[in-house]
Amino acid sequence: MPNLNRTPLHDLHCELDARMVPFAGYEMPVQYYDGVLWEHLHTRASAGLFDVSHMGQVRVSADTLEEAQLALEALVPVSVLGIPEGRQRYGLFTGEAGGILDDLMIANQGDDLLLVVNAATKEQDIAHLSANLAGCSVTPITDRALLALQGPASEAALSDHVPGVAEMRFMDTSVLDWNGVELWVSRSGYTGEDGYEVSVPSSKARALAEALLASEAVIPIGLGARDSLRLEAGLCLYGSDIDTTTTPVEAALEWAIQKARRRDGEREGGFPGASRILEELESGAPRRRVGVLPDGRAPIRAGARIFREGSDDPVGEVTSGGFGPSLGRPVSMGYVEIELSGTGTALEAEVRGKRMPVTVADMPFRPSTFKR
Amino acid sequence: MKFTEDHEWLRVDGDLVVIGITEHAAEQLGDVVFVELPEAGTQVSSGDDIVVIESVKAASDIAAPVDGEVVEVNDALADTPGLVNADPLGSAWFVKMKVDDPSQLDGFMSEDEYKDMIA
Repeated sequence: MPNLNRTPLHDLHCELDARMVPFAGYEMPVQYYDGVLWEHLHTRASAGLFDVSHMGQVRVSADTLEEAQLALEALVPVSVLGIPEGRQRYGLFTGEAGGILDDLMIANQGDDLLLVVNAATKEQDIAHLSANLAGCSVTPITDRALLALQGPASEAALSDHVPGVAEMRFMDTSVLDWNGVELWVSRSGYTGEDGYEVSVPSSKARALAEALLASEAVIPIGLGARDSLRLEAGLCLYGSDIDTTTTPVEAALEWAIQKARRRDGEREGGFPGASRILEELESGAPRRRVGVLPDGRAPIRAGARIFREGSDDPVGEVTSGGFGPSLGRPVSMGYVEIELSGTGTALEAEVRGKRMPVTVADMPFRPSTFKR
Repeated sequence: MKFTEDHEWLRVDGDLVVIGITEHAAEQLGDVVFVELPEAGTQVSSGDDIVVIESVKAASDIAAPVDGEVVEVNDALADTPGLVNADPLGSAWFVKMKVDDPSQLDGFMSEDEYKDMIA
């Protein structure tokens, strides 16, 4: 495909008969031979290997770690100073109006910070960091691939090669050796399952992927199942469920804003959009991201408008939706007016001109199985 | 069996025509998770969307290949939409139609012609 980037695993995907599609400027596998449904179920039952090398890995460093942490706090409503060495935390870049510019992972690697940002937004994120992190150096890491191994068999499959991963807990990060290759491992992911994300030098990515795929427990997983897995787990897709028009409070991501950055916290505010976001943390937002369960069997996808029963004025919109293979039913998420966001609220969504009954539901739709 | 450019098949069964989608189409759609069928008794024109197939990826419309009346629909697909992937040429038929003008069928491809098209 012309003008598309390729990850270090491109040839492997093709050899594994992946169906390749353009995604965020990359040629990426959407599914392999067995198809999305099977890949999804296999990940939950055993383990799946995902190529997420299209995502951006960025190092942020300064004279001291603390200097880098405090500098980054000017761009995210997260207590970066509160991330201990060897841990990572979910974060958001916010805009002046309180919207979300991107979501990311922030890891404390001891001497500096390692950020993982979305593929489609990585160029703008890097520009944003470079322009606004006073006294820091911002270094895009372009010589490493990123693999995710997700599912209950992940620990056994990865610790066969890298024994140290077994001791890690959810959101721990560690620099580990694999036959002389330096791996940056975090126990995290985007599926609601226990698992790992592994940053590996590009030249060794294929060897690591093949070593993991040699395990009977592990099959390769494409973007299709990645999306249905994260949807069942209630996790946001940037650009669909959150974007510059949604605030962290509207998006039900208050948990990503620690006490230290809230009103009366030790480092209150000081991030873009703080006035609106701090106010919404106290008094709420007019709409909220919720789970939306179709009562029927038809999937209700992004863009479907939501209504009160029998009314023609929309009260919300579905932002992600599809079939949840582990639940055997369709699942969606979206935004509704705050007074309609209570669990169990009966509403309607419009699909192909027809109204379908839906019910507001808690997320995740399926309990997560992180190793805390 | 006759085939359309839209990857549907038509099989004459007495004075009715049975309609489904080809293996090639089912494979392209991916795992089918929901099928919405018309009501029996619906009068349709060639090109009208009569079936919605939802796969894990997207929703796709299936158009009526001929003019006529839908006289029977395959209710089994409501409970087991996966039949579309498992047996697209057999048990996963969508509708049986009474065709207004049987000569409409003459315009469709033979199996060999269809295979050439997707080759």
